[in-house]
Amino acid sequence: MINLRINGQQHSVDATDDTPLLWVLRDLLGMTGTKFGCGIGQCGACTVHLDGSAVRSCLLPVGSIHDRAITTIEAIGDTPEGAKVQKAWLDLEVVQCGYCQSGQIMAAAALLKSAPHPEDADIDAAMAGNICRCGTYVRIRAAIKQAAGPA
Amino acid sequence: MNTPLHGLDAATSRREFLKVGVAAGGGLLLGFALPRGHTAEHVGSTVAPFAPDAFIRIDRSGTVTLVMCQVEMGQGIYTAISQILADELDVDFQRVVVEAAPPNDALYSNAALGFQVTGGSTSIRVFWTPMRKAGASARAMLVEAAAASWRVDPGSCRTANSEVIHEPSGRRLAYGALVDRAARLTPPKDPPLKARKDFQLIGTPARRLDSPDKVNGRAMFGIDAMPSGVKFATLRSSPVFGGKVAHVDEAAARGVPGVRQVVVLDDLVAVVGDHMWAARKGLEALQIKWDDGPNAAVSSQQILDEIRAASERDGAVAKSVGDVGKALGSDKIEATYHVPLLAHAPMEPMNCTVHVRPDACEIWVGNQVITRTQAIAAKLTGLPLGKVLVHNHLIGGGFGRRLEVDMIAKAVRVAQKVDGPVKIVWTREEDIQQAMYRPFYFDRFAAALTDGKITAWSHRVVGSAILARFAPPAFVKGLDADAVDGAIDFPYDAPNIHVEYVRQEPPAVPTCFWRGVGPTHNIFVIESFVDELAHKAGKDPVQFRLDQLQGAPRLRACLELVAKKAGWGQPLPARVGRGVAVQSVFGSHLATIAEAEVDQYGDVKVRRVVCAVDCGIAVNPNTIAAQIEGGLIFGLTAALHSQITIAKGRVQQSNFNDYRMMRINEAPSIEVHLIPSEEAPGGIGEPGTVAAAPSLANALFAATGVRLRQLPVDRELLAGKKPA
Repeated sequence: MINLRINGQQHSVDATDDTPLLWVLRDLLGMTGTKFGCGIGQCGACTVHLDGSAVRSCLLPVGSIHDRAITTIEAIGDTPEGAKVQKAWLDLEVVQCGYCQSGQIMAAAALLKSAPHPEDADIDAAMAGNICRCGTYVRIRAAIKQAAGPA
Repeated sequence: MNTPLHGLDAATSRREFLKVGVAAGGGLLLGFALPRGHTAEHVGSTVAPFAPDAFIRIDRSGTVTLVMCQVEMGQGIYTAISQILADELDVDFQRVVVEAAPPNDALYSNAALGFQVTGGSTSIRVFWTPMRKAGASARAMLVEAAAASWRVDPGSCRTANSEVIHEPSGRRLAYGALVDRAARLTPPKDPPLKARKDFQLIGTPARRLDSPDKVNGRAMFGIDAMPSGVKFATLRSSPVFGGKVAHVDEAAARGVPGVRQVVVLDDLVAVVGDHMWAARKGLEALQIKWDDGPNAAVSSQQILDEIRAASERDGAVAKSVGDVGKALGSDKIEATYHVPLLAHAPMEPMNCTVHVRPDACEIWVGNQVITRTQAIAAKLTGLPLGKVLVHNHLIGGGFGRRLEVDMIAKAVRVAQKVDGPVKIVWTREEDIQQAMYRPFYFDRFAAALTDGKITAWSHRVVGSAILARFAPPAFVKGLDADAVDGAIDFPYDAPNIHVEYVRQEPPAVPTCFWRGVGPTHNIFVIESFVDELAHKAGKDPVQFRLDQLQGAPRLRACLELVAKKAGWGQPLPARVGRGVAVQSVFGSHLATIAEAEVDQYGDVKVRRVVCAVDCGIAVNPNTIAAQIEGGLIFGLTAALHSQITIAKGRVQQSNFNDYRMMRINEAPSIEVHLIPSEEAPGGIGEPGTVAAAPSLANALFAATGVRLRQLPVDRELLAGKKPA
């Protein structure tokens, strides 16, 4: 059994150490907000926070996590950055199909935590790992700036 | 959810579907509606006392439920259709409940395509008037019910915000209080529709109804379905198109913790486990020997050679005006173009959850053709249609891929061997290598210029006939209407025009629709060749087009606007160019100017794209801008990065590392200018994709002098490292 702290709650799951966190979240715990997109860390749909930093859960073995805090899209709205990002996403109508947006929002919230007033280059660096096939990039950029507020 | 399926009948099966509601707090609620009683003529939706048609339900509390005949895959259709219905019905838009229609071709057919389908940028074009009439008809019945109860003339009543109001007496009745009386009335045949000036929602930017749950992880896509007791599977089909399983050694897979079952079918192997990781590890552990079959030598070169040879044949005539043969004369200008196979790669990989029992089959999926989903499952299981229950979901990207049911068929065939519900999720590699593909097209042009204008235009389109497979009755006399869509709509004033089509299917490779369908390829080649002609004529590309669009005033207005907004003609640095493209397709008119920069290595940076759009009445202006922005990115991705190539009968690309997507750091700034219009609404899901490649390629010519006659963009060509 592996113990995980997810969104402030302790979970005990029956999985091998090498099982990526993504499948534990989705298939064993039924937390389907975190998405599967590529399985090789290329698309960012599976992004979650580990101690507040964005990580790709499709490549993160649960056996390596130990007592670090996992935050997922289901609880990101409880953080100040997450709430600001979600609000900006709604205000600017970023979303289209929405499948990648959990990962986009997790990446954007982590960015704002480390760089409260990101420049375009910061946004490129933090968000280039997240693919949006609907092409919402123009609005993602604008929404991150809106969430950051005036510098 | 664990619905008892015993005794399931057709009516109840249609009663179970995804339900999406807007909660009081503004958030979307998602859940499954439970079976309830019904009246036969109103199968297919929530039962409410007042259900005047297949689209509107109002219960005694006044809750308005709108049944969505079209699927939501990001294009904003749930919101736009709700705006139309709610406007004519005069109800509070923010409080409507939206639910996906169940499979029913009789009730929810898309008149453009003849069955229940979402595609081809048809939703608003087809359902604009029917939805207005549905809303207006229900409203008229509620007014009649109120007037009768007050014994007043219905003409003296008005409606607002879910109430009927009798102005002279000041009396009001909420819709909820009128539903029982209204339900006994006959719907009027020709209800009066609102005048344009009275629209309150149509034409006003509306908040998307599906956004709140898409930013908090609660939205349910097909891949998120979690029926009680579900197991998880992934599969591998023959890597060579048409190949078969020769032998499988299952022993290694069975040793993987969490693996429950190995399913071997003639053309695929699936591993079922407690979660996707177990299934995937199990699949990787398997030793599978394939019988590659007859396609083991198919290659991209063979596809190109065959289609080039086919382009020498005469084709079926799609359009003929004047006498092109005579007008072309001896100094005609000629060119050939070709575009590659493409995969769709929606962010939600192919998946389908199925529970097959002896007496029923239940399916959870997001799909653009829900009645075909039901039909293929019925055929494979031998069950009657009414015993196949389909839960349609929000779609994590369709782009045409989910107009097909191959992923449903494979899932049902696997599920027939599994006890209990099983969710089959394709790996991304499988999603790209076992897809159906945008056809490879080859185009042959000839044209003549006189006094700086096109006097003869000849265009031969060569490629796969998707319609011949997808909708056989639409394939008439060797002519595929989709393959020449955009080509027969040549907008310029040329007196002699000839367009023809040669059907040439690629060996082995299955083809299907891809965002922008026929026009994505046709407008690229046409607007590129028109650009060539402009330069041959020594004319400015914008002026060359303006001079020959006298018969296309809406398109001409778009071009004039975009030239102004983009600063056409203003000086640019070296190796930066602007390119223009125009199009009148999907009932919408667009003129687009791209600005791009090319470095010494041939790497391209798209700096800016400006688009002027006349799509008729804009139902939700915000969604229209979003669709153009996203459509452009989708098209730029393909133009810059995408091609599926075949070697030894197999697709060579596998995941986002080698089938690249445009990322945020490459995305240009995009400006969309909407031209106000009173014309009927046009389609908007695909025009942006169509506009991308031709405006970009023409910009790259302006930047480098290199004409790109094939896609994707060849960097070595742009860098001057090989001859054009």
